[in-house]
Amino acid sequence: MDYSDKVMDHFANPRNCRPMEDADGVGQVGNPTCGDLMTIYIKVEDDKIADISFQTFGCGAAIATSSMITEIAVGKTLDEALQISRNDVAEELDGLPPVKMHCSNLAADGLQAAIENYYETHQS
Amino acid sequence: MYLDNSATTKISSEVLEEMLPYLKDEFGNPSTLYSVGRESKKALEQARQRIADSINAKKDEIIFTSGGSESDNLAIKGVAFKLQKKGKHIISSEIEHPAVKETLHFLESLDFKVTYLPVYDNGIIKIEDLKEAITPETILITIMHGNNEIGTLQPIEEIGKIAHENNILFHTDAVQTFGKVEVDVEKQNIDLLSVSSHKINGPKGVGAIYIKKGVRLVPLIHGGGQERGIRSGTENVAGIVGFGKAAELACSQLDEHAEKLSKIRDEIIEKVLDTIPESYLNGDRDQRLPNVINFRFKAIEGESLILLLDSKGYQTSTGSACSSKTLEASPVLTALGLDPVDVHGSLRISLAPESDVFDVDEFVEAIAQSVERLRKMSPLWNNELDYNAIVGRK
Repeated sequence: MDYSDKVMDHFANPRNCRPMEDADGVGQVGNPTCGDLMTIYIKVEDDKIADISFQTFGCGAAIATSSMITEIAVGKTLDEALQISRNDVAEELDGLPPVKMHCSNLAADGLQAAIENYYETHQS
Repeated sequence: MYLDNSATTKISSEVLEEMLPYLKDEFGNPSTLYSVGRESKKALEQARQRIADSINAKKDEIIFTSGGSESDNLAIKGVAFKLQKKGKHIISSEIEHPAVKETLHFLESLDFKVTYLPVYDNGIIKIEDLKEAITPETILITIMHGNNEIGTLQPIEEIGKIAHENNILFHTDAVQTFGKVEVDVEKQNIDLLSVSSHKINGPKGVGAIYIKKGVRLVPLIHGGGQERGIRSGTENVAGIVGFGKAAELACSQLDEHAEKLSKIRDEIIEKVLDTIPESYLNGDRDQRLPNVINFRFKAIEGESLILLLDSKGYQTSTGSACSSKTLEASPVLTALGLDPVDVHGSLRISLAPESDVFDVDEFVEAIAQSVERLRKMSPLWNNELDYNAIVGRK
């Protein structure tokens, strides 16, 4: 697979790859039958993403996009984080092979699912 | 360390040496009558003899092609078109190489009927299934000798026997087995056989088909009538010379190589299954090529594993969908009845005679480390966190 150096770096040295026991929101997207399953954990403080981590079963691109989205999202407000698109993730990674663009989608969807889960579980 | 020899092999220096004159001064067209052409013709016929000798065939039963895919196409379409008035039914298996499978799909679009025999969890067809599939309309059985992904060997001698008892032609794709295990067209009751050069340390772009004397087929390539009119086009002389040499080398050392490689193979299998939890061998333990191993590891994805192993210096391959051009999981592994999730976690290791220089313990350790690393990242592996308990927590 023709991956950029940045994809290979995030694959080989993934940032924030760990489970988060005290997460405020968790999103799980993908389907292991199709070869990828991504879990995104967020910790929210003052409406901002104070901490974020992931666990991913998937290919090099799936792991790299998970890692990259944690770097993009940390410190952002929830509204800002919801605006992160699949193109943002791919761009930050210096591009993805066309056949792997869905991995980028998955990362954006995973973050969105985690934020939605936070809203669902923290509205009184 | 290159461990993807089922994909292709490195051309050997002896083969290259033998080819070089035909890329330089001996450039003649074998169909011409002057000396430089005659030299080419001589070399072509020597290569043909070498291929024939290596499968116990006669020289005029060998036709050179551009490779395994062309040989498979020629055998299957050639017979189908020749015998379509007799019947339009073909029997094959669920784990054929795409060159066979897609050719059969094409014939299905022309109203041929194909029965794909199941292979069960060991990756081998059952003879009873074959017997039951035969109809008065059956004109051809095409079942591969050794599988390119999992390395399992089919009982071709018995398949050929049953084909002949029923007056049906038998074709086998021996691309993975030729030069690695015994291929004997007489003993194994074979009518048509496909072989390829680049899987046995020969050059790419050349292969051959064995056509038993008396078997007729319709050519795919019409033209100047080369190769007895079965395969027109000026011959790839240098490639064919290289193929002949590669075949001679592989077959003269077949037993020695098979013994050496199966020893390494068995050592890798034992050590991986012993040291890595939830690791499994795909395909039958014994009925397999001496040089092919296919594992699966729970909760990880193959492309990631390939990338990690590559970074440690080992080139291997996987049947995971994520590594394929079509994003489709390996039909071969799926045919074994595996859970689709497990198909993604497959790893193929294919050895070559020169593979004996590497340290098995180091390699197994590299696999173990890579698998462990990916499992730590995977939400599917021994996740102590209960996902459902976190989701929905206030």
